[in-house]
Amino acid sequence: MTDIRASSETLLDTRAPVKRDYTQYIRWLLLFGGGLLMIMPITYMLSTSFKWPHEVYNLNLIPEEPTLDNYIHVLEDGRFFRWFINSLIIAVITTISNVLFDSLVGYTLCKFKFRGRYIIFIAILSTLMIPTEMLVIPWYLMSQSFGWLDSYWGIMFPGLMTAFGTFLMKQFFETVPDDFIEAARIDGLNELQIWWTVAMPLVKPALSALAIFVFLGNWTAFIWPLIVTNSQELYTLPVGLTTFSVEQQVEWELIMTGAALATIPTLIVFLIFQRYIIRGVVMAGLKG
Amino acid sequence: MFRYSNLTVAQKQVVWAWGFLALPILFYVVIRFYPTFGAMVLSFQDWNLLGDKSWTGFDNYAKLFADPVFWKVFGNTFLYLGIGTPVSLVISFFIAYHLDKVRFMHGFLRALYFLPFLTSAVAMAWVWRWFYQPVPIGLFNNFLASAGIPQFPFLNSTTWALPSILAPAVWAGLGFQIIIFMAGLRAIPQSYYEAARIDGVSNWTILWEITLPLLKPTLVFLVVFSSIGFLRIFDHVFNMTTNNPGGPLNSTKPLVLMIYDTAFNSFDMGYAAAQTVVLFLVLLTVSLVQLRIMRDR
Repeated sequence: MTDIRASSETLLDTRAPVKRDYTQYIRWLLLFGGGLLMIMPITYMLSTSFKWPHEVYNLNLIPEEPTLDNYIHVLEDGRFFRWFINSLIIAVITTISNVLFDSLVGYTLCKFKFRGRYIIFIAILSTLMIPTEMLVIPWYLMSQSFGWLDSYWGIMFPGLMTAFGTFLMKQFFETVPDDFIEAARIDGLNELQIWWTVAMPLVKPALSALAIFVFLGNWTAFIWPLIVTNSQELYTLPVGLTTFSVEQQVEWELIMTGAALATIPTLIVFLIFQRYIIRGVVMAGLKG
Repeated sequence: MFRYSNLTVAQKQVVWAWGFLALPILFYVVIRFYPTFGAMVLSFQDWNLLGDKSWTGFDNYAKLFADPVFWKVFGNTFLYLGIGTPVSLVISFFIAYHLDKVRFMHGFLRALYFLPFLTSAVAMAWVWRWFYQPVPIGLFNNFLASAGIPQFPFLNSTTWALPSILAPAVWAGLGFQIIIFMAGLRAIPQSYYEAARIDGVSNWTILWEITLPLLKPTLVFLVVFSSIGFLRIFDHVFNMTTNNPGGPLNSTKPLVLMIYDTAFNSFDMGYAAAQTVVLFLVLLTVSLVQLRIMRDR
């Protein structure tokens, strides 16, 4: 167990600047070129979403006569807005649930001494080995018998807690000194208050890392929402996008507009919170 | 009589601990363990969702292993893994290694490489699908045509459809791998490099003798993590072949798509459950073998 700060500071640069020479310039230019190539699919998607149908198959990146027509057409449909809201509600509730429960379980397994603690930890951890695809059939049958098919609850119940999150939070609670908890206990706080007011604020970076991962995972989740929903009003954005794109068939500018609508929100969020998101991904990746 | 206030501090803690764990334990039992058990039991039964379940022993497995489609799918799944993991790791290490040495606008370049990781697989599958269309629609073939190069069949070829579907999956994962590699590179103490440089060791030797060996934990994590991802590939295949799922001629069908088809198009639940058990065993075996091999070295 190394220090958390070490892993977050690995992103900060503390080294002496490298001597400038020509290889540095060439390296930069090649990396820049590669970077542009990396975002090429995203740029072409955005560019095409602003093009008139007759221009779609031209290779120019900047539309000759930019238009919002595709967006108006897609949004007039109304379904996209609904799918967007569905995805948002599901991703937000799942994220909140994971942040609360994964950290509560991680905290309990880390800071409480009781018989069976180790067994419970191993049992939870072992669920990491089970692929979602193995569970979708039983989940479907379960949803069918409980009437959860085609409901928000049906879409989100499998992801309300994750072993990954529990493990991540347990790792981070190890860095909270026991003395703090003991001191709070002497001050007369009950265990729930200690967890919430003493321990939780100390692991905020880990909580945001967990939140980012869970949100992104649920925002882009596909196979389970595809299985559990039947009516279009309950589709999530990815499932809706599939349906929409299949309907359009050859109208690629509309398909690109739909894809752009699913992508733009995450791009905006990333541009605002870039530092936190990258730090969070590193943390979750290295500790999880 | 049980009184909370009569308990010792240690006993109170035990009460709190089980109180905190009650709901999560219920969740893990009902939503994780019971369904796992359920899938295994179902794999020994025959059931089409409507009628009664009947026990069939190992029939589902026998049927699966005798099915040529399964072996095709099994091979495809390992092709996704066998091409995807090495290709994505080599590219992402190469980029991370060089990006790590760049100061000027480092954050901006990193953002360019990281962005695709945040996109949804479904949206990007459709973008790439458009790129792959024949002239005059698809971007790639239009590029080729404007350069006077003959058309490339991409998704219509039984040979090239699988790599074509794999490409956006590799592309979307690069950002994550680059970020993790860079964090691993930064964790290597600078003094090692300085010592090597004083000894006059070449950059190439430093890479092979210092950087890569010290990067092993990162490498092990990324190999296992990305392998699991490629073995479970579904979103890209499903969206890029909606007119002929897993086609042409099953040449792109991965195990998860076969499971989806069997369960939710043919409603052959027992047979599909047997396939999920096979998927589980494949994932388990591949992860354990990789961990064993990489730990030994």
